[in-house]
Amino acid sequence: MSGAVASMRWRLPLIGALGAVVLVFWLAVAVLAPWIAPYPAGHVVDPDGLGPMSWAYPLGTDYLGRDMLSRVLLGARITVGVSLVATLLACLAGVTLALFAAARGGWLDAVLSRVLDALISVPSLLFGLVVVASLGASMGVLIGTAAVIYAPGAYRTARALAVNINALDFVTVARARGEGTFFIMREEILPNMLLPVLTDFGLRFVYVVLLLSGLSFLGLGIQPPYADWGSLVRENLEGLVDGSPAVIMPAIAIATLTIAVNLIIDNLPTRGGASHER
Amino acid sequence: MNAIMARLVVTRVAVSLLTLWIVSILVFGATELLPGDVAEAVLGQAATPDAVAGLRAALHLDQPGWLRYLIWLGGLLHGDPGRSLVNHLPVAQLIGNRLPNSLLLAALTAAFSVPLALTIGITAAVKRGSLYDRTTSLFAVAVVSVPEFLVATLAVLIFAVKLHWLPALSSVRDVHSVEQLLRSFAMPVVSLSFVVMAQMARMSRAALIGTLDSSYVEIARLKGARPARVVLRHALPNALGPIVNAVALSLSFLLGGVIIIETIFNYPGLAKLMVDAVSTRDMPVVQACAMIFCAAYLLLTTLADIAAILSNPRLRTR
Repeated sequence: MSGAVASMRWRLPLIGALGAVVLVFWLAVAVLAPWIAPYPAGHVVDPDGLGPMSWAYPLGTDYLGRDMLSRVLLGARITVGVSLVATLLACLAGVTLALFAAARGGWLDAVLSRVLDALISVPSLLFGLVVVASLGASMGVLIGTAAVIYAPGAYRTARALAVNINALDFVTVARARGEGTFFIMREEILPNMLLPVLTDFGLRFVYVVLLLSGLSFLGLGIQPPYADWGSLVRENLEGLVDGSPAVIMPAIAIATLTIAVNLIIDNLPTRGGASHER
Repeated sequence: MNAIMARLVVTRVAVSLLTLWIVSILVFGATELLPGDVAEAVLGQAATPDAVAGLRAALHLDQPGWLRYLIWLGGLLHGDPGRSLVNHLPVAQLIGNRLPNSLLLAALTAAFSVPLALTIGITAAVKRGSLYDRTTSLFAVAVVSVPEFLVATLAVLIFAVKLHWLPALSSVRDVHSVEQLLRSFAMPVVSLSFVVMAQMARMSRAALIGTLDSSYVEIARLKGARPARVVLRHALPNALGPIVNAVALSLSFLLGGVIIIETIFNYPGLAKLMVDAVSTRDMPVVQACAMIFCAAYLLLTTLADIAAILSNPRLRTR
């Protein structure tokens, strides 16, 4: 994956490069957060709470008087980490099933496609709410739910790609050679659809970030003592009427992350800004 | 409407009904995932063996899962989705109190956002490539890729906190005049509209551009028709199907948005009822609300597809 990203970097237009810089910044923050955060997680620095921006506390303080910059940096770890794991699971499951369905074809393909299409037609936030209502909001449940919600979408995209490649001559040749289904999936089809699958991964990552922060915002996602950016917005919502930075900054953090990924995807060489110029 | 179209429409409706049925199994199946015994969970501290046995019988828990599913589905179809586990009121009554509020919010949002979004989408398509087009497109991409609650909090910050144009919180109970109605609904409707409008403007712009690029529109231009006439009389009628499709699909985004917006503004609607029920794990209420939302969502997506079928001229000629 890193090789593919590196070889396309010099071809990214300026605005896509800007997105890449922001994405790399947040990934680095997610890894380094405990070492670069100025204060530890629960440390109260300002007894009044919801303080304005200042030199000591660049993003103000939250409703309990904790340093907001540290909270946002540490929240990056949860938002980026949980979403990344969930997206990986969703795409792994979706792409594997899609390759299998395309390589095998027949009734298996038809049944898989019908069932997964029904899953797509449930609004994602609603699905998340129903699962959280019955299983509770532990981190494992959240990751599993997000993976189940977005696997059908990954399946649909990957299957469309794989079916096209499956019809090409070199796959027929491989089949005639007597190669097994898994060999054809891995060696013949997958390498030829890697870039679109990576693009789809990026899109789905954005969806997962939005879903998880949406759930956390409703208080039904990540639970204390952990806090992702969605929970940070929720817990400081009382500061909204005074325009406190504690409620705006985590929301802006989410926006920079999702917009950055969208900018990268929109400016990839293969898509050529497809969403802007029809 | 001819035979081919009729068949396509009937098939589409049948697929939606089939999907709704699968969704009902999923939604009911979620209760089966509940760890432990529902009766013990409901009774909590008061779980004496007699009480648990009584409640198990009352909730039909002593029957197999498929039978309970049928009882639940039958009740749902007769308008009786059971009783709340928390306050023991009939779920139908709880929903009946909230549903009109949510429908009013949705109707006001649609009335406000559809004309505005279509105007933006159509003018942007006509002036394609201009500064106006690029600004609105960029704005739409930005709104689509951020969470609904960010749009809502920013809207409150700008219109209520900084500009003091609108009150930040709405209360539906004490509404006596049209002006009060407008003022109390303004903030939720404006926030919700932003979410819906971005999608709608983007999609209707794309739909109209597809038509404007076709050769018959170019002929109309070449023969000297006025630009307004080219757009309104030649291009727009053919783009109408895709645009209606876009409107219905965008309105289905209302569902995700309404859950967030009702929570932020503490609006007594169906979505707030569902979110509260999720945090108290009141499954009958969660299931009934989920079914209503899924049905509404499927209705809108089905309407979108039917609009696309009906407006396809290739199906009309035969």
